Amino acid sequence: MARKEYAFYPGCSSQKGASASNYLVSVQSMCKTLDIKMTEIPDWNCCGASVSYAESGELPRIAMNARNFALAETNLPGQEIVATCAACWLGSRESKERLEHNSQLLADTQTALKEAGLQIKAIPEIRHMVEVLIEDLGYDELAKPVKKPLQGMKFAGYVGCQTNRPFGIAGESFENPMYLDKLIETVGGEAVKYDQKVTCCGGALAFSEPEKAQAQIKDIIESAYDNGAEMLVTPCPLCQANTEVYQGQINKKYGTKFNMPVLYYSQLMTLAYGGSSKEAGLNGNVIRASKLEQFAGK
Amino acid sequence: MSDLNQEMADRYKNNFLKEIEEQAEMGEWVKMCMQCGLCSGSCPTNFHSGWDHPPQEIFMLIRAGKREEVLNSQGMYMCTSCYNCYVRCPRKVPVTHVMHGIAEYAYRIGRAPKAQPTMHLSKTFWTNATKTGRVNEVQLTQSLYFKEGIGAGIKKAMEMQSEALGLVKAGRLNPMEALGMGHKCKDIKGIHAMLAKAEELEARNKAAKGKE
Repeated sequence: MARKEYAFYPGCSSQKGASASNYLVSVQSMCKTLDIKMTEIPDWNCCGASVSYAESGELPRIAMNARNFALAETNLPGQEIVATCAACWLGSRESKERLEHNSQLLADTQTALKEAGLQIKAIPEIRHMVEVLIEDLGYDELAKPVKKPLQGMKFAGYVGCQTNRPFGIAGESFENPMYLDKLIETVGGEAVKYDQKVTCCGGALAFSEPEKAQAQIKDIIESAYDNGAEMLVTPCPLCQANTEVYQGQINKKYGTKFNMPVLYYSQLMTLAYGGSSKEAGLNGNVIRASKLEQFAGK
Repeated sequence: MSDLNQEMADRYKNNFLKEIEEQAEMGEWVKMCMQCGLCSGSCPTNFHSGWDHPPQEIFMLIRAGKREEVLNSQGMYMCTSCYNCYVRCPRKVPVTHVMHGIAEYAYRIGRAPKAQPTMHLSKTFWTNATKTGRVNEVQLTQSLYFKEGIGAGIKKAMEMQSEALGLVKAGRLNPMEALGMGHKCKDIKGIHAMLAKAEELEARNKAAKGKE
C-alpha cells in the first residue's frame, strides 16, 4: 500500500494533448518516487473556472463541482480530493465552502445532482498538490529522495494568483508566500528574490485582451531576468502557459529578447529525484529548458 | 432593451442597491464598502486603458442608484480573477465575486455589452466546458479567433501560428480536437440534465425575490 492515497482531480488542461499535459507527466513521476497514490475521480468534469462567471450562474457552477464531490465520495470513499490546477482547486474549495454554509444552496444542488443519479453526503477535503507535499509530507521528507541537487541553478518562483489567493497555503502570506522558494531550495536550486512573485499573468484575459495580459507578463519575465533568474517555476497551468507561450509576441511588440523556460515545481522535483527528461515532461516545454535537459542526461 | 431588463427596473423602481443585493451573486456585500479604494489600487488591469469604473466606483454608483451607468460599464469585464482586491479589502468584501455577480446579472437581463471580448470568452468557455463536461481547448480558441468572422479569424490564427506550432510540437495542442475529438465525460446526458435543473431552480429563486 502506498504511503498516501488521494482522489485525483487532474482537470481539463492536464489531459493528454492539452496545454498542461507535461504537468501531469511530471506529477505522476514525482508521486511515484514519493509513494503517493493518486486515483483519478471516475468521469470527473470541468470546474467551470473563474472566467465562466457571466454565463454560468451560481447554482449551475456549484452543481458542476458538486458532481465531482459526489463521484469522489461514491467511488473513492474516505479519500481527500487533490487538484493540481489552481482553478480546479479554487473552484472546488469555493463550492465546498458555500455548500457547507448555505442549506438552501445545498438542497438545490442535491435536487440538481439527482438528475445525474448522484447525491452528496459529506464533501471530502479539497487539497492542492502543493499542500499534500508540504503539509502531509513536509520539506524534510521531500528532500530525502533527492539524488541530483539542482546546484548552481537560479529560479524565480512564480506563485501567481489562484494558488495564493483567496485561499492560499496555510501559514503563508498573500503578498510574499515562501513555499515555492522553499521547494526550489529543497531540491538544491537557488530561489532568486524578485518583485513579481504574486503578480497576475492576466489569466483568461490573455485570450480575450492579449495586450493587457502581455503587459503584465512582460513585467514578470523582465523582473525575473533582472534578478538573475535563468528559469521561472510555477504551480499553476495557466501561469505556465501564459508566461511561456507569449514571450515571442512580447518580443515582437516590445523589442525584448525574452527566451526564459517556464517549469512546474514537479518537473524540478522529478529531475532532482533522478528522473529522465521524459519523466519530467521537459519535451512539453515550448521554450526548451536546455540546461535541465543536459542535467537530466548526465 | 430586453423585457427582463424593463421588468427588473420596474420591480425595483429606484432602488438599484436592492436590485443588486437580491439579483446579483454576492450583491448583498455592496453596502459593506467604505470607499477606501484599495480594490481599485490593487487591480492589475486598472492601470491599462479601457476602464471606466473600477470596483470602488461601481460600488458607489450602485448605492447612488446609477443603474444605467453600472449596467453600461466595462469595469466588471476587466477582472482577471486574480483575487488581489478580495484578500486586501479591509471590510472583507469578496470584491472579485461581486464583480462577477454584477457581470452575470447584466448578461442575464440582456444588458452586457455585445462586443466585450472577455464577456464573449466567458460565454464561450462555459458553453464549451458544459457541452461534453470537459474543455475542448482547440475549439475554445477557434471560437474566440473567429468571433469577428472568417477573415479576422484567419488573420488572428496566422499571427498565432508559431505559438500554435510550438504547442503542437510539445504535445500540448491536439489538432484533432478541432474535429470534436478529444476528451469528454461519459455521462454527458446526466450532466446536461443536472445543469438544466440547476438553471431552472436558480431562475425560480431569483424570480421569487423582490416581489411584495
